[in-house]
Amino acid sequence: MIRLDDVSKVYAAAARPALDHVTVEVERGEFVFIVGASGSGKSTLLRLVLKEERASSGTVHVAGRNLATLSSWKVPQLRRQIGTVFQDFRLLPNKTVSQNVAFALQVIGKPRHTIAQVVPETLELVGLDGKGKRYPHELSGGEQQRVAIARAFVNRPAIVLADEPTGNLDPTTSIDIMRLLDRINRTGTTIVMATHDDEIVDQMRKRVIELEDGKLVRDQARGVYGHQR
Amino acid sequence: MRLQFVLSEMGIGLRRNLSMTISVVLVTMVSLFFFGFGLLSSAQVSTMKDYWYDRVEVSIFMCGQASEVPNCADGEVTQAQRTELETQLNSLKPLVQTVYYESKQESFQRFKQQFKNSAILDNLKVDQMPESFRVKLSDPQKYAVIASAFQGAPGVEQVLDQRALLGNLFKVLNVLTWVARGFAIVMTVSAVLLVATTVRLSAFSRRRETGIMRLVGASNLLIQLPFVLEAVLATIVGSVIATGLLWAGVHFGVTGFLSPLLPFFRFITTSDVLAVAPLLFATGLAMAIFASFFTLRRYLRV
Repeated sequence: MIRLDDVSKVYAAAARPALDHVTVEVERGEFVFIVGASGSGKSTLLRLVLKEERASSGTVHVAGRNLATLSSWKVPQLRRQIGTVFQDFRLLPNKTVSQNVAFALQVIGKPRHTIAQVVPETLELVGLDGKGKRYPHELSGGEQQRVAIARAFVNRPAIVLADEPTGNLDPTTSIDIMRLLDRINRTGTTIVMATHDDEIVDQMRKRVIELEDGKLVRDQARGVYGHQR
Repeated sequence: MRLQFVLSEMGIGLRRNLSMTISVVLVTMVSLFFFGFGLLSSAQVSTMKDYWYDRVEVSIFMCGQASEVPNCADGEVTQAQRTELETQLNSLKPLVQTVYYESKQESFQRFKQQFKNSAILDNLKVDQMPESFRVKLSDPQKYAVIASAFQGAPGVEQVLDQRALLGNLFKVLNVLTWVARGFAIVMTVSAVLLVATTVRLSAFSRRRETGIMRLVGASNLLIQLPFVLEAVLATIVGSVIATGLLWAGVHFGVTGFLSPLLPFFRFITTSDVLAVAPLLFATGLAMAIFASFFTLRRYLRV
């Protein structure tokens, strides 16, 4: 589903590469944690998969496409297959929960009757049924993150990328969010989640990829967060 | 669905950015007004040229009793000289199209007509009026041929090209045209820059939305179109107002005021305004599309 071959990323003004000859493959339907300290290259890896950045060297394949040769007008097609969740939710404050989720479908031209059907289904899936008419500021952090997950998943993407989705949430709420991501994973969706949260990683027992200063230092099936923090 | 979405996004942008939108409307209006003014005043010049060059004549004034020109030292023109001049003129066909002899009496009548209520008339006698040949040329530009042939001929006081009298008028109109064009250029540049700034502000104020649109895979066209349409709508309103102002200016100022005041002139009409209107709209549209796409290429990159 996602394959990085000897990928490096060097930012113009940086002293060392953000990613340093990383080779990794994520299969369809996998759940993968990417762990590592701040600045270890986790976010850069996600940005490469979204083609927000280009790799300086090496090749990135996502959903069977080589991103180096993917023309810029086909990038939207790629992103329709990827849902993205952030630490800071990134909801639109002047739209209701339903409208926030529907927005993702509207802008890719889905017909109205499809939206009317899929949005409530997805809200129910993430455990927000009945809250469609609320505004983001009326919800708790955990609920806001559920809205963001609903928006990422509403188009049934093949991949969900999550960049520290529990970073702003308390431990109990974080576990609820992880259960939700796990449920989405079981529908066959590949999930790649960058995180700092050792408790969650240890508890979930999924594949763990550890980055340190841009280098891949560990790739472990059913792993734990690790000793050094 | 998409159209509705684009239109509602455009509406949101216009409302959030209302003051900037109004300034775009106004600047577009002023720039297109001057652009149209320039076009209309050159239309006026060519209308007048067509009208007058059909009518202008070269006048050959003959020596009268009181002529003070050296060429007239021998006194009033004689019958022989007059016949000689007429023969000479007729020999210059086809450059000379028609020759008309205006007697003292006719000249007096025409003068009386033109200065009906003036006190000058009280002291004027028929004998004081000059007699002249009115010569119509097939090509008014070749005035010099007539001038060189008759200036200084016996019995001729003066050869006068009426076109020279109109020359100053055309000069004034040409200057007006160029001033309007200058204003139009300056205003168009500022309009383009203002549209660019407005689009940039609008894009900035909605960067959250556009960021999410990019993320979920909206096409570039769909992301950019609302901003372009905002600019297009504002400039269209500006061009409508500019056209309206020009129409009103010509309808009330020229047709309603100048035209009856100066019956010898022919003026542009509101139909000339309608003729330049499409050009104004096209210019406004091109301005908006150029400025907004150019700006968005830099600020809404994938």
